[in-house]
Amino acid sequence: MYRYDEFDTDFVSARVEQFTDQVRRRLAGDLDEEQFKPLRLMNGVYLQLHAYMLRVAIPYGTLNGAQMRKLAYVARTYDRGYGHFTTRQNIQFNWPRLKDIPAILEELATVEMHAIQTSGNCIRNVTADHFSGAAADEILDPRPYAEILRQWSSLHPEFSFLPRKFKIAVTGAPHDRAAVQVHDIGLQAKRDADGNVGFTVFVGGGLGRTPMIARKVRDFLPEEDLLAYCEAILRVYNRYGRRDNKYKARIKILVHETGVDTLKADIEREFEEIRHGVLRLPQDEIDRITDYFAPPPFDAGADDGSLDRATAADPALAAFVERNLHAHKAPGYASVTISLKPIGKAPGDATADQMDAVAALAERFGHDEIRVSHEQNLVLPHVRKADVPAIFEGLKAAGLAEANAGLVTDIIACPGMDFCALATARSIPVAQRISERFGTPERQRDIGDLKIKISGCINACGHHHVGHIGILGVEKKGEEYYQITLGGSGDENSSIGEIIGRGFSYDDVVDAVETLVDTYIGLRETPQEDFLAAYRRVGDAPFKEALYGTA
Amino acid sequence: MKALTANRLIDGEVVWLGRSGQWVEMLQSAWGLETPEAEAEALAIGAKAVADRLLVDPYLIDLRRTEDGIEAVRFRERIRAKGPTTRPDLGKQARRETSAA
Repeated sequence: MYRYDEFDTDFVSARVEQFTDQVRRRLAGDLDEEQFKPLRLMNGVYLQLHAYMLRVAIPYGTLNGAQMRKLAYVARTYDRGYGHFTTRQNIQFNWPRLKDIPAILEELATVEMHAIQTSGNCIRNVTADHFSGAAADEILDPRPYAEILRQWSSLHPEFSFLPRKFKIAVTGAPHDRAAVQVHDIGLQAKRDADGNVGFTVFVGGGLGRTPMIARKVRDFLPEEDLLAYCEAILRVYNRYGRRDNKYKARIKILVHETGVDTLKADIEREFEEIRHGVLRLPQDEIDRITDYFAPPPFDAGADDGSLDRATAADPALAAFVERNLHAHKAPGYASVTISLKPIGKAPGDATADQMDAVAALAERFGHDEIRVSHEQNLVLPHVRKADVPAIFEGLKAAGLAEANAGLVTDIIACPGMDFCALATARSIPVAQRISERFGTPERQRDIGDLKIKISGCINACGHHHVGHIGILGVEKKGEEYYQITLGGSGDENSSIGEIIGRGFSYDDVVDAVETLVDTYIGLRETPQEDFLAAYRRVGDAPFKEALYGTA
Repeated sequence: MKALTANRLIDGEVVWLGRSGQWVEMLQSAWGLETPEAEAEALAIGAKAVADRLLVDPYLIDLRRTEDGIEAVRFRERIRAKGPTTRPDLGKQARRETSAA
């Protein structure tokens, strides 16, 4: 894991000091809300429906036990005993007092954490594949590059006042688990025939009110050019991106309005100007950062076959292993998904006690590493298969052993109108009701892989556009109303879901989802043909008919 | 009927302008504004509270009478007045027992 050097430590503590003074000046009346708001947003502090909200960065979703324990401490001491893990691999606290936030940031700084650039029109937390450095299918660990991007983008003076927020995602595997094609910049790390590292570069993806799949602008960008090329993209965006209308200010609109070829030419021209300058990445610096992410020492004799014997004797463990274990590059190891989607609970929420329990399991069995996935789950990336039964027992004790990774109840949902000032409808209770409807182990396993994603407003924090079944809550005549999209996907074959027809009331939306699921079960060719594959094969007609009758 | 609502600066707590001009934490104690004059008076008090660093962004909401008293017309404002619908243990709804005791 990356560790702060002296520069990072000074930088973060200087920022805590600065924001502490800004809060003091706000409370003393030297700053009014108009002056203070952009300052608090730069430090991850929002004002939501019931209270302030603090969003803490978890760079590329990687943290250790001490950091998780600190989040638990903050939840217990300054909040209401829980936190909410987000689709951007961060955590949000929903109830902090403004006067306590300087103290919270000071606590976080002691474990090398902060809330810088978790909001505002800047380059946000760089996200990455949650199985980075572990997955069997990975070509290379993308996190060193995510860390290099983090250092480059932190308080970048030129990019602190962009037309709008800017999100970068990286993956190092052919199967994209980081949804890179729906980010402002998506990077897919790979190697050429000679083993050189480079990136396929996508630009202009995004969700929100105008969902777009990113366009490829480079098939193989050499690693030494990573920062110069990203800087070129940002410069072109900063110069030409619209500032007249916040709903048209993201780079996806610029790509759309300018045309990808023209924009690519602009980027390449800018890149030519700067590619041989200070941003060219020296190999020794890449190596220095990469060293921080060196894999833990794997035990070559780890595979003792004991997990197979244990699963044969315990069907619940077998179900957990089938759904929540991911193939690891080291023999005898696996990555464990810790589902934050217990049946009927709010997606992404974890209590302080659960955070402590996960920290303890990571320290004992997982080389002290934890990941946050953009699907709002936690991951222990490196565990010995032989330790999985003990981990499963530990998770059961913490109420986190649901064997539902990737199933219908593994739902992404934004906070929605229960918490968020922007939301137009609730998301969490819709997710909870769907979870309960399909919650029996037999039923969810029969349905198979299915991603349901729910947003409580058009801003699409719940990624509904890329849900196999997407649900968007809106307000219509003072009532909550839910629009359903089908066929979205956020992987290497990304697609934006299509609206299936008129929406449903809060009461009816769960029945509608069940109708869609039952329709799929009725028409799939084999149990192995998952919902998305079946939808792509047959199109929307059978689903439409099931929901609305014959047209 | 309307009420004036805002979040308290220091801790973000949802408050309404109460009948005797103080800021109250429960909607039932809010001042129901029946006339344009009352609304204007409330807004002036709100503006002063902003200047005095007590509040952030005060605004008027619509109220209606119910059997138990008053409630906000918009669902969003009813959630603000009570707390998350998914977590009866959080927000103002969780205080009912203590305040009744």
